Amino acid sequence: MVELRQCYERQKGNSTMDEIRYIAGTLVGAGVDIGSLDEALKENPHFIACDAGTTDAGPFSLGSGQPAFAREAVKRDIAAFLDAGHRAGIPVLIGSAGTAGEDGQVDWTLDIVNEIVREMGIKLRVAVIYAEQDKDALVEVFRQGRLKPLDAAPHVDEDTIKGSAHIVGMMGAEPLQKALAEGVDFILAGRCSDSALYAALPILHGFPEGLAWHAGKVVECGTLACETAGKGIMFVHLRQDHFLVKPFGQGLRCTPQSVAAHSLYENVDPFHFTENSGIVDITEATYEAVDPITVRVANSHFQPVDPYTVKLEGAELLGYQSVIIGGIRDPFLLRQLDRWLAHVRMYIEETIARVLGDQAAKEDDYHLMFHVYGRDGVMGSLEPNRAAVPKEVGIVLEVTATTQQLATTIAKLSRQPLLHYPIAEWHGATTTFACLYNPAYIERGAVYRFNLHHVIIPHSPLELFRTKYIRIG
Amino acid sequence: MKLADIATLIRSKNAGPFFLTFDIMFTDKEHYRLVKASRSLNAHMFAALYACPVQTVRFFECDNAFAFKFSIPRPLPQGELGDGDLHGGQQFSPLMNVEITLPEGESILQRC
Repeated sequence: MVELRQCYERQKGNSTMDEIRYIAGTLVGAGVDIGSLDEALKENPHFIACDAGTTDAGPFSLGSGQPAFAREAVKRDIAAFLDAGHRAGIPVLIGSAGTAGEDGQVDWTLDIVNEIVREMGIKLRVAVIYAEQDKDALVEVFRQGRLKPLDAAPHVDEDTIKGSAHIVGMMGAEPLQKALAEGVDFILAGRCSDSALYAALPILHGFPEGLAWHAGKVVECGTLACETAGKGIMFVHLRQDHFLVKPFGQGLRCTPQSVAAHSLYENVDPFHFTENSGIVDITEATYEAVDPITVRVANSHFQPVDPYTVKLEGAELLGYQSVIIGGIRDPFLLRQLDRWLAHVRMYIEETIARVLGDQAAKEDDYHLMFHVYGRDGVMGSLEPNRAAVPKEVGIVLEVTATTQQLATTIAKLSRQPLLHYPIAEWHGATTTFACLYNPAYIERGAVYRFNLHHVIIPHSPLELFRTKYIRIG
Repeated sequence: MKLADIATLIRSKNAGPFFLTFDIMFTDKEHYRLVKASRSLNAHMFAALYACPVQTVRFFECDNAFAFKFSIPRPLPQGELGDGDLHGGQQFSPLMNVEITLPEGESILQRC
């Protein structure tokens, strides 16, 4: 760390600064507001950063490698940031490239960057930092006992690691700082702590880590830290004993409450945030209005933690799905719905055994599930009012199987039992299920699950990340 | 008085793929202070409401934000077979009907 800082200072000259300023975008692909960005540039920021990913989209993006955002939207936003950075002569940092930040998505984003640079006719020194983890190396780490579960982690063994589609490590500030010390114009990082994008350069300049991380935490979701979120960007003035945060954008404002309240958003604990290198503690933080849109924050602390850890995210293939969507309105059936569904399931399973035999005989070959909307489709086991008999229910029959063909075959075999399984109240042939579509089934393709909630203890903060320096244009 | 009559925002959301978190927010300090003084919100009440073990419930009172927070492990990880709420955003409604019993002598204005 000290060496990095010396290297950075050699390159930039005297780096003693009273204040460091930066622009925080919301999310690459969400549509940066260029007017706000231009306004913010007038305050002479030292860098621009924005993250391009999230796990909130679900495990599909990490498992399949497909970005959750449209290429055109990602290109527009990165072009806006690169243009702003080029005009101001300041570095631009993008993290968690391509949604999950696996290597293919980093390269997908790099391809977009190449296109932008060609079109803009500029020259760019780029650091590309990859975050995907080699499975064989991880198995070694597991054997050495350097893989540790976090709270509520799923079971993991060597097969979990080997069977993952992709595993990424979440980089902290250090790989970014190393690239910044090399003097690049642009950092394109794979999976990365959002706050690290904003904390890396300030910490490199010796600003207090508590304030640097807390400021990053406040702005990492862009204008969500405002009273009402909207079109715009966030701006931070970070100083030795406090930071100022304010938005640029029509009608946006930060208030002490909105900034304090943002620490609740999507966090388990609103006072402590775990980063690779330690814990950000904002229990004693103070929030004060400076003007109608700006908040001054002070007294944020940082507690370094030994050992340094890197959080892993992994996704594995669950199988392939086909679903049937429909509904039930018959009150006689609705008052015995659980029993009826159990009978339908049994009938379907018997049909599968009879028709498919060995093709679907093993426990893992297929999985049948009913989502019952109107009863507990949304809340599942957390639903406190499951016993009420609804007026109608929507049902999704979900088949997950080892191949798409098997999933669809089972969905087809399920339709007749759903349509015609009788109840005692009616004498004669009935149709018990209202299908929404024809054909009744929909093929959903591959589905994935998150299979890791673990950290590993690396030999160094840089060990798990590979940096490639390139010149474009 | 029910919580939904006085809170300005009651929401739920994933806190990463393995946790759910619930935020109860107020626009002004007075409403927050009265609800805090009522002690109607606590880990035991939440555990009973959501039928989950009380030792898994984390409860926070956030004075700066005028907000309360609960966090629990997800019953199923985000996107797991059977998970019906990928973003965890529709798990809050049982909290709306929580009865807030104000301390003796205190009164509160319901929000319009």
